Formats: sequence, C-alpha cells, structure tokens
Amino acid sequence: MSTQSTVHGRSGLGTPTPAVIPGAVLWAAALLLAVLAPFALYPVFLMKVLCFALFACAFNLLIGFAGLMSFGHAAFFGGAAYVTAHAAKVWALPPEFAILAGVGTATLLGLVFGALAIRRQGIYFAMITLALSQMVFFLALQLPFTGGEDGIQGVPRGRLFGLVDLTDPLAMYYAVLALFLSGFLVIRRAVHSPFGQVLKAIRENEPRAVSLGYRTERYKLLAFVLSASLAGLAGSVKALVFQLATLTDVTWQMSGEVVLMTLLGGMGTLLGPVVGAALVVALESYLAETSLPVPVVIGAIFVFCVLLFRKGIVGEIAGILKRRA
Amino acid sequence: MFEFLGIPPQALFGQLLLGLINGSFYALLSLGLAVIFGMLNVVNMAHGAFYMIGAFVAWLLLAHAGIGYWWALVLAPLAVGALGLVLERTMLRRLYKVDHLYGLLLTFGLALIFEGAFRHQFGVSGQPYPTPELLRGGSNLGFMVLPVYRGWVVVFSAMVCLGTWFAIERTRLGAYLRAATENPVLVQAFGINVPVMVSLTYGFGVALAGLAGVLAAPIYQVNPLMGSNLIIVVFAVVVIGGMGSILGAIVTGLSLGLLEGLTKLLYPEAANIVVFVIMAVVLVIKPAGLFGRER
Repeated sequence: MSTQSTVHGRSGLGTPTPAVIPGAVLWAAALLLAVLAPFALYPVFLMKVLCFALFACAFNLLIGFAGLMSFGHAAFFGGAAYVTAHAAKVWALPPEFAILAGVGTATLLGLVFGALAIRRQGIYFAMITLALSQMVFFLALQLPFTGGEDGIQGVPRGRLFGLVDLTDPLAMYYAVLALFLSGFLVIRRAVHSPFGQVLKAIRENEPRAVSLGYRTERYKLLAFVLSASLAGLAGSVKALVFQLATLTDVTWQMSGEVVLMTLLGGMGTLLGPVVGAALVVALESYLAETSLPVPVVIGAIFVFCVLLFRKGIVGEIAGILKRRA
Repeated sequence: MFEFLGIPPQALFGQLLLGLINGSFYALLSLGLAVIFGMLNVVNMAHGAFYMIGAFVAWLLLAHAGIGYWWALVLAPLAVGALGLVLERTMLRRLYKVDHLYGLLLTFGLALIFEGAFRHQFGVSGQPYPTPELLRGGSNLGFMVLPVYRGWVVVFSAMVCLGTWFAIERTRLGAYLRAATENPVLVQAFGINVPVMVSLTYGFGVALAGLAGVLAAPIYQVNPLMGSNLIIVVFAVVVIGGMGSILGAIVTGLSLGLLEGLTKLLYPEAANIVVFVIMAVVLVIKPAGLFGRER
C-alpha cells in the first residue's frame, strides 16, 4: 500500500526547510497540552484516547511503514488486557508486572501469528490475521479464567512500583501518558532507524529489497512482533484504566476500529493515528449519548474515508504543507 | 448397532448432519467470495451482511406481504443481488485502480452500516421463520431421523454449487468470465463488455450469500448479527481452500463443516477453533491453500 510518510523529519534531518515554527517548539507545546489536559477534560476520557492512540500507532507501524495490513490486532490488544486483568486481580501482581505479563503475552502471540501470516501477502495477510484473531476471541469466550461473557471486572489498579497510588485519577493519567510517550518514542525511533528504512523499502518493492540482500521475512516478522507488543501495551494499560477486560476488546470489530482510526488520521504518518484515535473516541462518547446507532455512523465514516479521503487528516495537511514549501 | 470411538450412532450422525449443513453454508458463502475475488480482486467483507439481509428479506416478505418461502427463495437473492449491483456501480468501482486492500476496507464499512442499521431497527433478538409446509417433519433413515428441511438444504445447496461450477467452467459465458479474470484488457479488446461483467459477477456473488440467508432462516433465527461471526470462519475456509478455485471452495466448505461436526463430538471445546487451527497448519505446509496457486 503506497502511503505517505512525510510529516516528520522536517526538523533535525539537516535539510533547510522554510518551516515557520521549529519542530521542537511544537513538540514542547503538545507535551505541555498533554500535561495540562486533565485539568480541563475528564481524565478517564483522556486515558481512553491515549490507550487507543497507542494502539493505533502500533497498528500504523505495520500498515504505514511495512505495508502489512493486519486485520487482527484486537487479538494482541484484548489478549494483553485479559492477561493483565487476571494478573492484577487473581495473582495480585503490582501494576508494572501485570502490564509486563500482558505485553509478554502479546509479544508471544505476535511471534506466532506473525510467523504464520507473513507467509502470504496483501489481502491474504489481512484474512489470515483476521482468522487467527477470531481464534483468540473464541479462546477468550471459553477459557476458564476469562469469565466468558462477563469478562474480568473490578481489576485493582494497585500502586505503581509500590509508591504511586493509581486509584488517584490524576496519578493514573500521568502514568498512562508516560507509557504512551515511551511507546510513541519507540515507534518514532524504529521508523527513523535503518530498520525503518528497510521496512519502507519492503513496502515499496519487496523483490528489490530481497535482491539487495535483505532478509525481508525477518524484517517483517520483527515489525509484526514490535507492533503486537505495543498493541499489547495499549491493551494492558486499558485494562487497568477501566479495571475491566471484556470480549469487546478481542472482537474483529475492534480490529476494524483501529484500522479506521489510522485511516482517518492518516496511514504512514506518525501523528495521524493519534489524531484519528482522539476523533473516533470523542465521536463514540458523543454518540453514546444520542440515539444514533454507533456502528452505522462509524461504518459511514469508513466508507467516506476509503472513497474520498484515503490520505487521512494528517496526510492531507502534510500534502498541503509540502506543496507550499 | 455399531459404535464409533464410544459414541452412540444417533449422536454421531446427528452431529455429522449438523456439520454437513454448516458445510453447505460455508460452501455457498465461500463460493460467492471466490467468484467475487477471482473477478474483482476484492475480499468482500460485507458477505456476511448480505447473507443476513437475504434472511431478513425472506422474513419481511412473510411478515408484511404474506409471501412465503418458495417465492422468497427467488426474490431475496434477486433483491440482495440488485443491492450488490448498485453498490458495485457506485462505490466499489472507484477503487479498482488503488490497492486491493481498500476494497476490503470499503466492504467492511458497508458491513458495519448494514448490521448496525438492522440491529437498530430490529434489535438483537432473533425472529423465528417457519419451515415451509412441504418440508416439515422428518424421515426415519433407520440409523437416524433426518429432518426433511435439513436434507433439503444440503441437497439444494449442493445443486446450486454444482450449477455455479458448471456455469463457470463449462459454458461460453463462464469462459469469458475466466478469460476476463486472467486478462481483462485483452478480453475487452475482443469486444466483450468487461465492466458490465464485473458488476454482474459481484451481483451474482452476493446473491449467492442472500440465497444462503434464505436457506438458513428456518434453521437459525433471523438475526442482524447472524452473518458477522460466520463470515470469519468462511474466510478461514477460503484461505484453506485457496482463493482461485471454484471447486476447491465447495469441497473445502463441505469437508470443514463435517470436520467441525466431528470435533463437536470428540472434543466440544475445540469446535469453534478447529477451522482456524487447520488454517494455521495448511499455511505452514502449503501457503497457497489446498487447491490454490500462488499469484
């Protein structure tokens, strides 16, 4: 899938750009905004945005930079949520270890699913990830520890490193923000590293990358595993924020939702998934108060984006900026 | 009577029949998917929604117009096919020039819209649809009692599958279709209207899903979400069989249905995931699918 991968790299790459405001200032402003946000908006809403933003960024690493369209990322998100919830509630692990357990599970799942899925390309890749994630859905429905239709409820948030009491919404918010930022920076680093460049080469022309001597399978698998673990991190954090892991987290509609967030914000841009996730979460919480059927609206946005708005919000803006420059 | 692995024959044949019926639906649905994919290169995520709409058209015809099963068997697929035709003409058509994944995403959006709208209108509880007069009751086969309607579903869908196979592999129109799948530009140069053929193919593929929906209505209840989980299994079936082959889709659909029925007997917990496990195994051994070829 040919997508744009601009937006970033304007600053710091040494090319003279006519940027009005240097990138560092923008980043600082965004960070300040994120730090001050819980005083203006409902913290749980913000935490939900951050969880889904991280989820979408993880998904975008695969589709936007490696050109691999996974339709099964809910398996990692939901699977990690279940394990974290179980670890925190039943094993009474502190939050940092509960999250580690969730991320570890997602990484292992990613390794297995990735090894199977990269055997095929394009549409098949999407269908295989979809089918494998549906297997996780049925496991979540049937395994004894997942609580079937009820899910795992009343998960304790606990004390982070034994020091910070996460039941305080503000403390929880800053913990989530820190985790989101670290995940985001990992992705940013990966994209701008030689590894990321090879991924882009694979996306644009895999046979050529092979002919240059790259073992593309390994790069694709590594990208898949990285994406899966970060999606798992998002799911683990989500389980602690809402103190809940449910079947909704592992449905294929959830996999579709993260696709929509990324598509709406802009595939292959670093910030696009964040924007898309914020918009979709905000829209859903707004729709929940109206009588409009949520899936219909979401589906309509999907159709609109695919037909007329394939670059996404950040992609379009980046295009405009580029034309001006 | 004999026993198989300690399972009483009543239960064995009962489950096998259930598996055969599921397999018939898998076959009909994956056949439609394979036909659409062959021609359009689109994975039709809305296939489950069209199946559901087919069942609802039958139910609405009966509830509001008093039109019964036999007419529904004709009218519902036509209605679903017409809907598919309109969607192909207005939306899908615009996406042939971009990456095929956008076709998948578009049909996913459509599936969300249809399922959401029907759920909004009719709720999540199922609507019962009566078995037609002619096919009620059961016949005793000696080793088990076969409900007549279920037998009819198996026989009728097998006939439809074979008819489709015959039409595609053995007729002139089918030859055009296969040629256009291989090289649309060349076929168009020979004076055949490929765009119309593409539209009709999509209409026909989703009409098959609508037909499956009508067949399913008396067995399962008519429910807005009846297609949403079924379709993922069908995707796995298609990956196992390989997308290219019509006959492959039919055979794989039926045999996986049977296998699922058997699993329900031997190890019920695994019944839901056995198809996905088989998919994983097939991917390791033969990535192109059992009947497929690499493209």
